[in-house]
Amino acid sequence: MLTYLIQRFGQALVTVAAMATLVFLGVYAIADPIDMLAAPDATPDERAAIAARLGLDRSLLVQFGTFAWRALHGDLGRSFVYNESALSVIVQRLPATLELALTALVLAVAVGLPLGLWAGLRPNAASGRTIMTGSILAFSLPNFWQGLMLVLVFAVTLGWFPAGGRGETVNVLGVETGLLTLDGLRHLVLPAVNLALFKLAVVIRLARAGTREAMLQDYVRFARAKGLSPARIVGVHVLKNILLPVVTVIGLEFGSMIAFAVVTETVFAWPGIGKLLIDSINRLDRPVIVAYLMLTVSLFVVINLIVDLIYAGLDPRVRLSEAA
Amino acid sequence: MIETRRRPRRTLSRVALSGSVLCGLVLPAAWTGQAQARDLRIGLAAEATSMDPHFHNLGPNNSLRRHIFEGLVTTDAAMAVVPALALSWTADDEHTWTFKLRQNVTFSDGTPFTANDVIYTFCRIPLVENSPSSFATFVRPFESVAAPDPLTVVIKTAGPLPLLPTNITALGMLSAKASGAAGPVAFAKGGCTGMGTPPKSIDFGNPKVAVGTGPYALKEYVRGTQVVLSKNPTHWGAAPAFDTVTMKPIVSTGPRVAALLAGDADLIENPAIQDLPRIEAAGFTVTKGLSNRIIYIHLDQFDGAGWKTPTIRGTDKNPLLDKRVREALSKGIDRKAIVERVMGGVAQAAGELLPFPLSGTTKDFPVVPYDPKAAKDLLAQAGYPNGFEITLGTPNDRYINDEKIAQAVAQMWSRIGVKTSLDASTSSTFFTRRNTFSFSAYLAGWGADSGEMSNSLNSLLLCFDPETGRGFTNRGRYCSREVDRLTIEAMRTFDEAERSALLRRASALAMADYPLIPLHFEVTPWATVKSLRYTPRIDQYTLAMDVVVVK
Repeated sequence: MLTYLIQRFGQALVTVAAMATLVFLGVYAIADPIDMLAAPDATPDERAAIAARLGLDRSLLVQFGTFAWRALHGDLGRSFVYNESALSVIVQRLPATLELALTALVLAVAVGLPLGLWAGLRPNAASGRTIMTGSILAFSLPNFWQGLMLVLVFAVTLGWFPAGGRGETVNVLGVETGLLTLDGLRHLVLPAVNLALFKLAVVIRLARAGTREAMLQDYVRFARAKGLSPARIVGVHVLKNILLPVVTVIGLEFGSMIAFAVVTETVFAWPGIGKLLIDSINRLDRPVIVAYLMLTVSLFVVINLIVDLIYAGLDPRVRLSEAA
Repeated sequence: MIETRRRPRRTLSRVALSGSVLCGLVLPAAWTGQAQARDLRIGLAAEATSMDPHFHNLGPNNSLRRHIFEGLVTTDAAMAVVPALALSWTADDEHTWTFKLRQNVTFSDGTPFTANDVIYTFCRIPLVENSPSSFATFVRPFESVAAPDPLTVVIKTAGPLPLLPTNITALGMLSAKASGAAGPVAFAKGGCTGMGTPPKSIDFGNPKVAVGTGPYALKEYVRGTQVVLSKNPTHWGAAPAFDTVTMKPIVSTGPRVAALLAGDADLIENPAIQDLPRIEAAGFTVTKGLSNRIIYIHLDQFDGAGWKTPTIRGTDKNPLLDKRVREALSKGIDRKAIVERVMGGVAQAAGELLPFPLSGTTKDFPVVPYDPKAAKDLLAQAGYPNGFEITLGTPNDRYINDEKIAQAVAQMWSRIGVKTSLDASTSSTFFTRRNTFSFSAYLAGWGADSGEMSNSLNSLLLCFDPETGRGFTNRGRYCSREVDRLTIEAMRTFDEAERSALLRRASALAMADYPLIPLHFEVTPWATVKSLRYTPRIDQYTLAMDVVVVK
């Protein structure tokens, strides 16, 4: 187990370092941040002064060296735009995104799993077919269009929910959350639904396929022969078996929901990190872009690890070994 | 019809909201249909990068700053320079300006505003750390700043600075005391004394530090989410109509319009032009105002040794060096069609660099008429009867419909025989390429922050000179000694009438030479709920204190 963890940690470090290098060089190649930062009527002297302050007047090699050295000491640089540590700029926005992604995840699993089970148990009934048709719709709709439609119907026409923004937040243990206020929850509904719909469809399909396969297995037949109630067969034995693929996919999807909720955050003006990334790319705020992507990579590595651990918990046959 | 459709929705949402009222959320009065509107919710197109009034010289920052930190001098909706914390100012000689301050002005924390705060502010501006676009350029020419009495400020400058009052409209006044200076501050070039420890930019997110004399005071600032302002009861001027103002950045246009339609915002900046009819049809008010931003096409006219203009094909020479070719390209553009079809009528065809009546502009300055036949003749006279090929560079996310305008121009040029292809890129890459002279022709925009012609001429048409910084955005590198002479003379002239006459002459002289192709002035739209009115501003700022309630 320990060897396994150490190995995974090593792999993660290499991935993060490679990512940081690529992104740093990539953003460097796009354009000169001074052109975006300086006032259009700044004189050459002022531009030179800004470049010197931000260290942009030095050669690429020196800039990268400085960045790497500081990164090794845990300093990912200061945002060009906000003059704050890039990491803290991101961390300030993180609660909003986590809140959104978690709600969407819970929605996707809580609704998707029962629906998928049902559809798997009754594949030929009208209800099962309806669920499947619905799921096709949910994952083939373009996310931004679906978001705009949600706004149009539920905010503009019906006026049930606000069109965007985060709503009122309260401070719980130093973290601003909107989950505990009614206003915050109202603001959360539409973006969370928009983010959840695609994952919901995926969960339904995975659960249905798993259920159909599991119902034909010998252990289900034995359980039935043994006289176990159908509820126990489905609720315990089948459910546990179909959870494996669901956990893997949901784990990865959770990562992508946090890192790339950009579309939803843009449509709903949600002040999360996805929007920060887009703004930073537009302004060529290199430290924020690099720090963001490094954080994202780390996030995926951690989620993968957790998925593996849950796997081991769910399936006694799985052993965590060096051959990852 | 519209009202009947909207009414049931309001009832429903009020039911849905009744719970949140209990949670302490105050329902905006305008929204519940009461006569008095007390809270104002604004959807901003761009967010200020800091609450520090001296951190970043950028439109959204300057617009927000005016609510909290007033300047000695300010500009009105038409960008005329008007008194604010200073009642009057005079140029005693070519190097000395004296400002008489307004009496009985207090900061929002109750302390009086005096000349010491002015000196403190001028001293603090150069000390702002890592400013991406600094205000220090405005105070750098100051040799000394003195306060003979608490209500008088005397500024001495190295060279003549007739535009000093205009320049300092950009500088919001800080409270020396709230910023940590206990006693009197003494100005000295290169380091003031008595400053204490000046606050850092990030500290201004704290309402205790962000203390100004403005009509509003900072109540809450959450980056990326909202800025909440509350009325400053001690303000010297007319009281604004709203007690609380909440500004939320909603950067994408679609969601911003949705916020207005859904009743989440009372006023939004810059709705997309194509949405305006819909917004009006839904029972909202759209106001439009001319801006100080011109959209133009610059043409590469550099003739330095060894320079080959980058994106012209089909000829060895640079045809743009010939005035007849530039005139032909200008006459080949149907500005009326661009304004009507590409801009949906929300723009005004331009003849010179700034719209009338800003200082240095001429009333009814002629717009180059669309004349494709004359354009073809001019091309033939210049030796290009079969035209040539050119690539037009343009940003695709910086100005209203920028890429579409460039497409229209490309088609029009192709029709007069100049085969034009388009090179559109996102603004972050476009401006770097533009600044490294990668285009023979490019579309861009210029907003004159000072609201007068010397700014436009100095940036766009004076000979490009990295040493002096003149003509720094003149990336077509047009150069005329006479235009330079007149403009530089104007920038040294104290008499307003004389200066604007010089600028008018310089502008007329330049435009007759077709140094660049003016297309149109952008018109800025705002959309509000029916009960509000906003007076459009040339500088495109959205100022809550200028929003009025109508019945």
